[in-house]
Amino acid sequence: MSRAATVLRLAALALLVTFLLTPASFAPLFAPLTQYGAPPIYDQGNLLTLALAQIATVCCATAASAVVAVGLGILVTRASGAQFLPLSRTLVNIGQTFPPVAVLAIAVPLVGFGLKPTLIALFCYGLLPIFENTISGLHGCPPAVIEAASGMGMSPTQRLLGVELPLAMPLILEGIRLSLVINVGTAAIGSTVGAKGLGEVIIAGLLSNNTAFILQGGLVTGLMAILLYEAMAAVERRLFRPALIE
Amino acid sequence: MISIDNLSKQYGSTTVVDRVSLDIERNSITVIVGTSGSGKSTLLRMINRLVEPSSGRVLIDGNDTAGEPAHLLRRRIGYAIQGNGLFPHRTVAENIATVPRLLGWDDTRLRARVLQLLTVFQLDPAEFAGKFPHQLSGGQQQRVGVARALAAEPAVLLMDEPFGALDPIIRAKAQDDLLDIQRRFATTIVLVTHDMDEAFRLGSRVAVMSRGRVLQYDRPAVLITRPADPFVSQMTGLADRAMRLLSLTTAGEAVIPGAAGGPVIAASASLRDALSELVWRGAESVAVVDADGAPLGRLTVAAILAHGRPG
Amino acid sequence: MTTTVARLHRIDPLGALVSAVGAASLLWLPFVVFKLNRILPGDAHSLMQVLPASAALACQVSLILIALVALGIADARVRLAAALVGVIVVAAAVASAANLLTPAGNRVVRVAPGSGFWVLLVALGLMATDAITRLRPRPRPAVRVLMLALFAAVAGAALAHGTFDNLSVMREYAVNAGRFAHEARQHVWLALGSLAAAIVVALPLGILCHRVPRLRGSVLGGLNVIQTIPAIALYGILMAPLGALAAAVPLAARLGIRGIGAAPAVLALFLYSLLPVVANTVAGLKRVSPAAVEAARGMGMTRWQILTGVELLLALPTILTGIRIVLVQNIGLVTVAALIGGGGLGVFVFQGIGQTAIDLVLLGAIPTVALAFSAAVLLDALIDTMNRTRQ
Repeated sequence: MSRAATVLRLAALALLVTFLLTPASFAPLFAPLTQYGAPPIYDQGNLLTLALAQIATVCCATAASAVVAVGLGILVTRASGAQFLPLSRTLVNIGQTFPPVAVLAIAVPLVGFGLKPTLIALFCYGLLPIFENTISGLHGCPPAVIEAASGMGMSPTQRLLGVELPLAMPLILEGIRLSLVINVGTAAIGSTVGAKGLGEVIIAGLLSNNTAFILQGGLVTGLMAILLYEAMAAVERRLFRPALIE
Repeated sequence: MISIDNLSKQYGSTTVVDRVSLDIERNSITVIVGTSGSGKSTLLRMINRLVEPSSGRVLIDGNDTAGEPAHLLRRRIGYAIQGNGLFPHRTVAENIATVPRLLGWDDTRLRARVLQLLTVFQLDPAEFAGKFPHQLSGGQQQRVGVARALAAEPAVLLMDEPFGALDPIIRAKAQDDLLDIQRRFATTIVLVTHDMDEAFRLGSRVAVMSRGRVLQYDRPAVLITRPADPFVSQMTGLADRAMRLLSLTTAGEAVIPGAAGGPVIAASASLRDALSELVWRGAESVAVVDADGAPLGRLTVAAILAHGRPG
Repeated sequence: MTTTVARLHRIDPLGALVSAVGAASLLWLPFVVFKLNRILPGDAHSLMQVLPASAALACQVSLILIALVALGIADARVRLAAALVGVIVVAAAVASAANLLTPAGNRVVRVAPGSGFWVLLVALGLMATDAITRLRPRPRPAVRVLMLALFAAVAGAALAHGTFDNLSVMREYAVNAGRFAHEARQHVWLALGSLAAAIVVALPLGILCHRVPRLRGSVLGGLNVIQTIPAIALYGILMAPLGALAAAVPLAARLGIRGIGAAPAVLALFLYSLLPVVANTVAGLKRVSPAAVEAARGMGMTRWQILTGVELLLALPTILTGIRIVLVQNIGLVTVAALIGGGGLGVFVFQGIGQTAIDLVLLGAIPTVALAFSAAVLLDALIDTMNRTRQ
């Protein structure tokens, strides 16, 4: 990892935090984008609250998807669940053809408007990359390593916890990272069905033709997605630095 | 020690191992040799029950191995495989400590054992204990693999093509090391290979397998001089069987009394090497000395050649 | 036959799940919902309540038979056929329920498929999917495309015939028929246009990255950052510079480039499309065996001939996999373009959300999913064909 990239990331983080804490100080920057004296900074709610609400929604949903998807991934890679593997693969493939917006839209008739459809959509959509990566990670363990583990007398559980999961972990975490990023974006769209988040700002901008609002909502959402991605990547590098550099 | 009794394995309608019975001696290296698909690996894997037999029994020291949970059985039996199967996410020391940890050894004993093994396998603990497998050379990885298999002081060590991934020079060294290790720890080793030279070099007894059956199980010299089956003689090689036979006997074993001038050879060298030395030097006899250089006697061309024929 | 009977004794676990879910949905979930108009909440009706006794019985008996197949028959072809028959039965039931509940000539009441119908459909779909994965030998790509075409033809014929006209979604369609055709075309155009533009740029870029390894890290890293920007945000962000461009350059404005509308959508989709195509081009070229390139050089092929005749040809399946990812992803992302006036089927989704009219949401969502699914099947078949001819 280069120093320049680290500096860039920290600068982005600092910018995001400053903007969220004191949005008014950025008013002169956004003022040229507004017309007819419209407010340059979103004034119908607190940006920080909205951003935190969105992150909370995303993290809750992704955590739930991670638990379920990793569990399912483990299940279908055991001998007892192996007969479900081809089916679950196909389902994941089909699932990926459902656009996030469609998942969100379809959840509305089931549970009504508000936070719930967003959580359901994020949960469902978050399952796919994590499940897929869990399976490839567990399948990617070198057969010789598995054979050695069994041959030395590890029980199936010991093998799973001590060998297979640690080896699959980088891929699983990458899946979770992907889910997080997709979910930050989908959560913004969740505002259209009444979930609290920065989508509100973008949509307010679209409705009142206020580019400043759109840009604020968009930039903050984008920055959050990138920084979440980078933060997780940094944690992963710290955890797996020595072992898995090939 | 290990007695394999009428052991068979079927997958559906194919029989992979067909009613095999073998008695494996304690404190020796027994080699199972065969072409690919002969069932040799399956036979080996039935000893530690990585493959469950379809019928028949395996007894270790008189106890049926089917009588205890498979994973507990495997902790008592060392297991080393081709490509070594080291855990890429664990250090060399952690890899070696795997089975002792499973068995719940205390830290002091564990640390002492890891240090001992690293030293025995010529891996400087200060340098290698903390390294990860991908930072080692192929030969070093292979040694760690065997060290790991021996960590819990198993009485039996199973090896499945353990040197298959090594280049010839490192392989010869690894084979010599294995002979030393076997003597040092007095382990009973069962080794599977497709390489007849390796079988002859390592095995005190060799079982030749083909299509799931053991065709012959005997000392290497017997396999050469009295092959039980055309397939066995094909495997042992008709063209150079005399030379193979010579390579099974050491100069020390064949030495005859008397003094000789000219070339000198160590007692541990094979008769094949002694003959080669004689041919090269154009001499008629060679002096045999022990490890300290003290003369033991001599070898003549005629005396060597007498060992190269059946009888 | 004997094997079929022998296997009857073993209960299929997935069959058990599918049957249990199907039975539960029939018993406890509403099959259709009757609403006095498109917005009001409605009354739930079960299958037995709406259909005449004989029809309801026939429906239930056939579903029970299908459940038995799911539970006990191992032959994948029989299972697939049973599941497809089930889909037809359920579709016919929901259509006739709608016809029966709707008073003649009434255009205001709405009969929407209830959660029971959807769950039943999912269960049958699961059974069919499972049967397809169990088919041995695996259906050839052409057969898969044919199956898709057949399914589309049957569905299309039923729609054209007016079988489902009294269902709420089709009511919405009847109101929006003209706009629907326009938005559907716009949807496909946005997805394909941005893809085509992306291929034109990404292929050479991928080749360049392959040839100049130093470029690879920064190009792929940069494109990765774009991927992490949520669609709604990227659309919004692009509106500003495009708006400014339109204001400054009248020609651009006359070409249709504006801050809102299709332009930012196409540009955003184009940017999203770059990474998968570039990455897969690089990966595909990397996988070409050096021996093949060496042999081509040995035979006196020029660099250009080697690139087009050997390397790209061998990398094609991998590149196509990237294109498949992009196409499916784009079809989904176009829906969001409706928020910035870019059109497409998302228009109905967001209008429906705005008006709390679920039927309108479905009018946008169902065709989008169908489009993405068909695109995936078609491209998978193409990639498969290519891989098969190579072996």
